[in-house]
Amino acid sequence: MHESAFQIFINALLANNFVLAMFLGLCPFLGVSGRLDTAFPMGVATTFVMLVASLCAYGLNLLLSAFHLEFLRLISYIVIIASAVQLVEMVLKKYSPKLFRALGIYLPLITTNCAVLGVALFQTAREYDFVQSVTFSVGGGAGFTLALVLMASVRERLTLSNVPDLAQGTALSLMLAGILSLSFMGFAGLGG
Amino acid sequence: MNTPDKTTEHKVIPIVVAAPPAPASPTAPMIRTLGLVSAICGLIIVGAYQGTYDAVAANKRIATERAVFKVIPAAKSIAEYVALPAGGIEPRVGAGDTAPGGVKFFAAYDADGKLAGIAAEGGAKGYADTVRIMFGYSPDCQCVVGIGVVAMRETPGIGDKIVTDKNFLANFNALDVKLKGDLSALANEVRAVKHGAKTSPWQVDAIAGATITSRAVGRAINDSAQVLLPRLVPNLDKLRSKS
Amino acid sequence: MNPSTAVTWDEFMEGVWRQNPVFVMVLGMCPTLAVTVSVVNALSMGVSTMLVLIASCGLVSMMRKITPKEVRIAVYIVIIATFVTVVDYAIQAISLTLYDALGAFIQLIVVNCIILGRAEAHAAKNPPLPAMINAAGMGVGFTIGLLALGTVREVLGAGTLFGVTLFGVGFQPWVIMVLPPGGFFVLGAWLLFFSWLERRKLRRRQAKLVEATQNA
Repeated sequence: MHESAFQIFINALLANNFVLAMFLGLCPFLGVSGRLDTAFPMGVATTFVMLVASLCAYGLNLLLSAFHLEFLRLISYIVIIASAVQLVEMVLKKYSPKLFRALGIYLPLITTNCAVLGVALFQTAREYDFVQSVTFSVGGGAGFTLALVLMASVRERLTLSNVPDLAQGTALSLMLAGILSLSFMGFAGLGG
Repeated sequence: MNTPDKTTEHKVIPIVVAAPPAPASPTAPMIRTLGLVSAICGLIIVGAYQGTYDAVAANKRIATERAVFKVIPAAKSIAEYVALPAGGIEPRVGAGDTAPGGVKFFAAYDADGKLAGIAAEGGAKGYADTVRIMFGYSPDCQCVVGIGVVAMRETPGIGDKIVTDKNFLANFNALDVKLKGDLSALANEVRAVKHGAKTSPWQVDAIAGATITSRAVGRAINDSAQVLLPRLVPNLDKLRSKS
Repeated sequence: MNPSTAVTWDEFMEGVWRQNPVFVMVLGMCPTLAVTVSVVNALSMGVSTMLVLIASCGLVSMMRKITPKEVRIAVYIVIIATFVTVVDYAIQAISLTLYDALGAFIQLIVVNCIILGRAEAHAAKNPPLPAMINAAGMGVGFTIGLLALGTVREVLGAGTLFGVTLFGVGFQPWVIMVLPPGGFFVLGAWLLFFSWLERRKLRRRQAKLVEATQNA
């Protein structure tokens, strides 16, 4: 398709935000967005994994298509993603143990983050070329981080407000997410 | 795992040591299991692929035929072609992916085996995701004669009006897609204009309140036609009657 | 009911109600919100996930004795991806329209936390039959959750159920329900509802306890 890299980036970031419009990456979105200081590193780590996954998926797709092995696409994507996450874990453990401990269990959970596999699948379905794929994954990751940070900021504020007991917890987060999603709908058409 | 040597070792050595960590699994069983799992899963996947291949191909063919017959009502049979990057056309064989740069299109023939029209797919990003349409082209009037939506995920009640809105669909009864004199591109770019602002036969009057989706349809036709028609028009005579 | 059948019925119901993946464990959110714009889609997604769950847990369980600890996640993922690929092709063979409607979310079943979670927590430690029954229960629970969402969203957002128009011409569909924000709102509303039910049950139980102690 003939979308420009800029359009793809803006779309993935705002108008078709990965979390709020495409429903990818919801488990960590609801799970990790309680505090701002864990939300932001999580977003960055996920963006990095998304970029790596996108690059690998692009290469894998070329390889598989050349040998007419398209049916192995899904299985090879997910294996590559699992390996990429392992790699990120090892790198973090070595170079930033504090961050590694802060992210804790959520780091290996990036493997099951729909957003990462989603990037690979969508870019294949839309037949993006190399530059388009990279901007798509970076934009998507940035959008994920943006949504996460917004959510965390609001939730931190809310812990100090008078919320009825009944609505505490996930129900509240979901209502919040709904309002955020509603507001992001205003970005429609921004990417042209 | 049988490690009798280690346990007897510990019994013999009287020094008190902290219990050693559990021995890591030796690599052989790991490789064996991974190999076994890969083999089983490989067989299952290949089996499923082969088993469903015919049904999937039939489904795709039926869907394509339905779309082509919708945009070119006189059509009774279709033949698939590829417009090559270097110009020229050739019949498409097999069901694999087209070569890079090639553009698929369908030559539709009426009951007498004469060319009734050409159909091709186009896609562009709409509000939510890609909007894919099939449009029919008539060589005689050099215009688009109809569109059908192949896939879309636009907003129900708003974007999906492109399927139902009669005024919008009327845009495509005779949408001008003439080529420039040197046959290198469209003489006029096909694009959507604001509702009520249409002045020329190559413009698409957008649906009020559904501009983004309407624009996507315009772009889909434009992007596809700009690439396909310059390659197709010089070779139209080859397609006049069913080969 | 002899003990062994009692155990299996319990196993089945655990996933349906007590540990319902959508309303209690709040797992597998991505497909839940994305696909539930209509009841047909919700049902198809639920059934597909259930089939993948049963098949994967079955195979994981059969291989549990020969799967070393270190590679277990890789093995589970490969097995799950295999069955998702099978379901993917099966849906294409059945109906291309359904396939287009569900889109990428069929393949995203692979990363549905429910399946990996079940495999790790249950199938890896139990023989195949109980594992598959438990998986079936989870699948049914998931499908019920999806249907709850899908029904509300389709009825309010499009005025139809299973594609059959319910209301007269004057009905103005609440379009937001079939858009992303609607998904969040409806699920939040369901969770609120269940939270309220829990509280009511708790209050009643406490009231009964107070009554019992007063009468004693």
